[in-house]
Amino acid sequence: MTLQPHRSKLSGWGRFPVVDGLVLKSEDLPAATEGATLSRGLGRSYGDSSLPAGTDLPVADATLADRLLGFDPASGMLRAEAGASLFELNRVFLRRGWFVPVSPGTQFVTLGGMVASDVHGKNHHVDGCFGEHVRGLKLRVADGRIIECSDTAEQELFRATIGGMGLTGHILEVEFPMRPIPSPWIWSESQRVENLDLMAAGLKEAAREWPMTVGWIDCLARGAKLGRGILMKGRWAQPDEAPKKPPPLKGRLRVPFQFPGIALCKPNMKAFNLAYYWKHIQPCRRGIVHPDAFFYPLDALDDWNLIYGRRGFTQYQCVLPHADGNGPARRFLERFVSAGGMGFLCVIKDCGAEGKGMLSFPQPGISIAMDFPIHPTKTPALVDRLNELVIAEGGRIYLTKDTFTRPEHFRAMEPRLEAFNAVRRKWDPEVRIRSAQSVRLLGDSA
Amino acid sequence: MKAVLFGASKGMGRALARLMAARGDRLFLIGRVSEDLERSARDLEIRGAPAPVMTAFCDLLNPESFAPALDRAERELDGFNAVVVTAGMFATQEEMETDPQLAARVLAADFTGTVLFCEEARRRLLATGGGTLCVFSSVAGERGRKPVILYGAAKAGLSKYLEGLDHKFRARGLRTVCVKPGFVKTGMTAGLKPPPMAGQPEAVARRVLRAIDRGRPEVYAPAAWRGVMCIIRNLPRFVMRKIEF
Ligand SMILES: Cc1cc2nc3c(=O)[nH]c(=O)nc-3n(C[C@H](O)[C@H](O)[C@H](O)COP(=O)(O)OP(=O)(O)OC[C@H]3O[C@@H](n4cnc5c(N)ncnc54)[C@H](O)[C@@H]3O)c2cc1C
Ligand SMILES: NC(=O)c1ccc[n+]([C@@H]2O[C@H](COP(=O)([O-])OP(=O)(O)OC[C@H]3O[C@@H](n4cnc5c(N)ncnc54)[C@H](OP(=O)(O)O)[C@@H]3O)[C@@H](O)[C@H]2O)c1
Repeated sequence: MTLQPHRSKLSGWGRFPVVDGLVLKSEDLPAATEGATLSRGLGRSYGDSSLPAGTDLPVADATLADRLLGFDPASGMLRAEAGASLFELNRVFLRRGWFVPVSPGTQFVTLGGMVASDVHGKNHHVDGCFGEHVRGLKLRVADGRIIECSDTAEQELFRATIGGMGLTGHILEVEFPMRPIPSPWIWSESQRVENLDLMAAGLKEAAREWPMTVGWIDCLARGAKLGRGILMKGRWAQPDEAPKKPPPLKGRLRVPFQFPGIALCKPNMKAFNLAYYWKHIQPCRRGIVHPDAFFYPLDALDDWNLIYGRRGFTQYQCVLPHADGNGPARRFLERFVSAGGMGFLCVIKDCGAEGKGMLSFPQPGISIAMDFPIHPTKTPALVDRLNELVIAEGGRIYLTKDTFTRPEHFRAMEPRLEAFNAVRRKWDPEVRIRSAQSVRLLGDSA
Repeated sequence: MKAVLFGASKGMGRALARLMAARGDRLFLIGRVSEDLERSARDLEIRGAPAPVMTAFCDLLNPESFAPALDRAERELDGFNAVVVTAGMFATQEEMETDPQLAARVLAADFTGTVLFCEEARRRLLATGGGTLCVFSSVAGERGRKPVILYGAAKAGLSKYLEGLDHKFRARGLRTVCVKPGFVKTGMTAGLKPPPMAGQPEAVARRVLRAIDRGRPEVYAPAAWRGVMCIIRNLPRFVMRKIEF
C-alpha cells in the first residue's frame, strides 16, 4: 500500500501561525518524502519554518524515522535516521560517556532539524554550530533522487543544506562524531551580574576559560540596571568530582491547558523576571548539576508553550557584530524596551566564527534571543523596529525563530542569499521544495 | 531472555524491542522487508542488544514462511524462550467495505496468518519446556463496534484463540500474553483522529514488558482502556446501535 497523507493542524513551537496541513508520516522516510514538498521534525522551530507552503502541499513528518544505523565506539562516529531525537541520543549515549558535539537549549529536536537550522549551543564560541561536525548527509532532492553529500561530494549542496531550513531537500540520514565526555555530569558556576557592561565583559572573560557559557538577562530592566542578569558557565565534570551514579532520568511536569491571555500582563512578566534574578540570591553559585538542568532547563515543563495562550508567541533572535564593544547590544535592548517589548526570557550569548552553512545564523558577535506573546498589530511592528536596528548594526536574524520578518528586511541583512538561491535553483529549478517561511521571505509561490 | 520478534521494525514492536535491547536480551527479528530488518537490527545492537542481531523473512500473508523463519531463529539463538508478535495490519471500516480484497488481506493477516504463526511458535516453545508467547490483539476485538467491524472481528477471533491457548497450555509452561492496545500513536494510526486517551508506543511497551516478565495472560495498554472496555462490553445493544464509537 502506498503511504496516504492525512490532514493535521500544524504549527511551530510558538503556536502561530497554524495551518491545516497534509502530512506524510511513516517510519519509512524515503517513502514519506517521495511526494513531499518539505520535511519537518519535532516542530521546535518557533514560526513558519516547518510549515508547508500551502494546505495541499504534503509535508513529511520525520519523527518516526529514528533508528541509529551505525556507531563506532572507537571514533564516536554515529549515523542515524534524520528523525532521531536528541532526547533519545542522550538517553542512549550519555551514561556511556558520549554527547553530541553541539546541543541546542531543548532536547526535543530531531537530527534533521539540527542540521536544517544548523543549531548552536552554549559552546558556540569554541565548537561552532552542529553543521561544522556533520560528516555526511543522505538527502532526497527535488527531482526525487537520493544523494549522499558531504564536504567532498556535492559540497555546495551540503553547505546549502546546513542551515538551509529544509529548502534544499529532505534529509534522510545524518552522520557525525559523538564526543567522549569525562562524566555525564556538569560542573557549573553561575553569578548574578548587575548590568550589561558587566554581562558582556563576563561572557568575554568566561569564554577564555570555559567551554560552555550563556547569559540570561532581565529584558525589562532599564537605565543603570539594563542588561542585568545571570551569567552561567559550565564544563563536563571530571570523574573524581562527579557522583558515581549516572544522572537519573528526570520526571517532567506538563502544562495541562492553554493559559488565558491575562497571564502575560506586564506585572506578571516583571514579577517573573525579578523572581528569576533574585532567586539567584548568592552572588555566585558553583557545583555539580544535572546535565538536563544545565542544557535543557525549559524541558522540565512539557508543553510550556501553552502558557502563552491562544494567540501564541514568537521568539526574536538576532546576532549583532561586536564592532564597537557592547554598544550594539545596549542599543538593541533600549530599542526593545522603548518599542514596547516585554518578554519572559532573554538569552544572551557571544558567538564564535561563522560556520560553513551558507545561511547559517551565527557570526562573531553577540546573540540576543527573547520570547514574547503575539499581539496581532503590535508584534509585527515591534519586529520591524528590531529588524531596522539589526540591519543598521550589520547583524542578522535566526530563521528558525522567525515569524514576522519582511522579505525586504531579510534581504537587507543577508548578502549570502544570492549564493544560496543559486544552489537551490540548480537542484530545484521548479522550486518544488518550499515552506511557508520561504513563501514569506524568499518569494516562493504558495 | 532469548526472543523472536515479529513486527519489530515499526510502531509498538520497535519500542518494545528497544526496551529489550537496552536490558541486553538476545533478539532475532523476522518480517517482510529484509533490508529494513537489517537497519532495525543495527539500531537494536547500538542500544545494547548482543550483536549480531540476526533477521529472517516472514510474512503474515504467507504461512509457508513461518516455519523456516522460526527454524532459523532457533538455530541462530540456539533456542528461544519468547516470541513476540506485533506484526499486524489495519484498514478503516470504510476502506474495507469498498475494497473486498483489502478486507481479505487484513482478515488473513490479523486472524489466519497470526493464528497459524502462533501455532508454529507455541509448538516450538512447548517442545523446549515452555516460554512466553506475547501477541498484540486489540480492544477492537472486545465488542462489535461500528468503526471497526471487520478488523475487530479478526482481533476478536485472535483474542479468543490466545485465551484458549492459555487455558490449555499454561500448566505445561506456555505463558500466553494477549496485549489489547487501545488507540496508540503509531504509523498505523497516523491518519486517524486521536482520542483524548491516546497512548505513546513507548509507554505501552513498558507496560507490555512488565506483563511479559510477570506472565500476565492479558494486558490493556494504555491502562485506562481496561475501564473503558469494561463499560463498552456492558452497554446494552440499543445503545451500541446509537453510538458511533
Ligand atoms: C526551548 C527551545 C530552545 C531552543 N534553543 C536553541 C538553541 O539554544 N540553539 C539553537 O540553535 N536553536 C534552539 N532552538 C531551536 C531549535 O533547535 C531548532 O528550531 C530546531 O531546528 C528544531 O528542530 P525540530 O526537529 O523540531 O525541527 P522543526 O522545527 O520541525 O523544523 C525546523 C526546520 O528544519 C527543517 N527540517 C526538519 N527536519 C528536516 C529533515 N529531515 N530534512 C530537511 N529539513 C528538515 C524544517 O523544514 C524547518 O525548516 C530552541 C527551540 C526551543 C523550543
Ligand atoms: N496503534 C494502535 O492504536 C493499535 C491499537 C490496537 C491494536 N494494535 C495492534 O498492535 C499491533 C502493532 O501495532 P502498531 O501500531 O505498532 O503497528 P505498525 O506501526 O503499523 O507496525 C506494524 C508492524 O507489522 C508489520 N507487518 C504489517 N503487515 C505485515 C505482514 N503482512 N507480514 C509481516 N509483517 C507485517 C510491519 O512491518 P513492515 O510493514 O515493515 O513489513 C510493522 O513492523 C498490531 O497488531 C495492531 O493491529 C494497534
